[in-house]
Amino acid sequence: METQEYIASGTLEFYVYGLLSEQENIEVHEMAQKHQSVRDEILSIEKAVINLSYSVSPHLSAENYEKIRQRLILKHGTESGLVQLEPKRGIAPYLGWAAAIILMLGMGIQYYKYNEVTKAVEAVSIQKNKFEQLLASVEKQNTESKNALAVVRDNATSVVQLAGQEVAPQAYAKVYVNKNTKETYVDLAGLPEPPEGKVYQIWALKLDPLTPTSIGVIADKNANYGILKVESNEAAQAYGITLEPTGGSKSPTLDQLYTLGKV
Amino acid sequence: MTQEELLEQIYKKDGKAFTALYDMYSKSLYGVIYNLLKDKEESEDVLQDVFVKIWKNIDSYNDGKGRFFTWILNIARNASIDRLRSKSHNNSLKNLSADNFVHILDHNTSVTNKIDAIGIKEFINKLKPKCIRLIDLLFFKGYTQQEASDELEIPLGTVKTQNRNCIGELRTILNE
Repeated sequence: METQEYIASGTLEFYVYGLLSEQENIEVHEMAQKHQSVRDEILSIEKAVINLSYSVSPHLSAENYEKIRQRLILKHGTESGLVQLEPKRGIAPYLGWAAAIILMLGMGIQYYKYNEVTKAVEAVSIQKNKFEQLLASVEKQNTESKNALAVVRDNATSVVQLAGQEVAPQAYAKVYVNKNTKETYVDLAGLPEPPEGKVYQIWALKLDPLTPTSIGVIADKNANYGILKVESNEAAQAYGITLEPTGGSKSPTLDQLYTLGKV
Repeated sequence: MTQEELLEQIYKKDGKAFTALYDMYSKSLYGVIYNLLKDKEESEDVLQDVFVKIWKNIDSYNDGKGRFFTWILNIARNASIDRLRSKSHNNSLKNLSADNFVHILDHNTSVTNKIDAIGIKEFINKLKPKCIRLIDLLFFKGYTQQEASDELEIPLGTVKTQNRNCIGELRTILNE
């Protein structure tokens, strides 16, 4: 009965609250050591107030623990010989690292893909340029061929046959002169390939006295199927073709006269 | 874990003892500190001081002085009251009585805890208003019998027993 009265007095609640004097504390402690019912009662009161204060506590940030830990380690940890403090291992730091790693991987993959795509775009762009250049040159060639064909085919065009000379008896060439448009073309298909460093030069000739006038230096005798436009020269009485050093000469090298023909 | 198991870990200098201590009591102490300071950041700061103090002085605790929880509760209350005084708020303990722990739930509930808080509020509101006032003054704010008697205008001799009845109510609600 003594313990029941003691419990009912409300002293144990004050004991848990920390409101008793030192002397009263010692009394309660002695009672608790003697009586299981007192011990149980104290535990039950304590549990109730811990629950109550726990449940009215606002959200406590997770960093709080870490801050305390750091303070203990910095200020007191080494000297006071306190027990080792372990960092609290929640899932949060791992999640952070995992997220960081995934992000890095993602960025890596993106960068790799970006590089691949950029390379592909560059390759396509280079190819496109090539095709455009090719197209332009084909179009140009086509126009030149059409023009040449138009002159050759034209009724107003006369043909001058140039026959092979001493240096190249087998060689031949033709000169087409359109009397309306004055356009002049040479057909070099019958000439041999010029040796390295040499080109064919076309001359319009007046015969009396013999006066040669250069009407074209042919850098590539095979261009436009060998039918090439040269300057027109209405006064020409004959045409000759000589082999000259690259760039042409001021006057024809007569011992290299390949073909010659009168109008 | 019980207080005895925790203390055993601490005395054995178990590496996990501090974490266990923090897990067991941080939220309750934070509730007590916040009830006095009414400011989350400041309360966290005081809570840090309190845990540093507990850890520094843990060798000076023995069960002859009372329950371990009571010991740390006193550290928390005193640190909070010191903080109030040092901030020259002129907050005497009497002025603190205007508000009690129920107001925490009214004003300072983060959205994520709302449903929880409603549940807690319901259970706390099952307590009689007089009990809320009594527990608030005695447990949360550490008023003496005499101070509580003056504040609530109840006979000094009934403070302990009235409080006991209120804790009895709380225990019944918690066990429901």
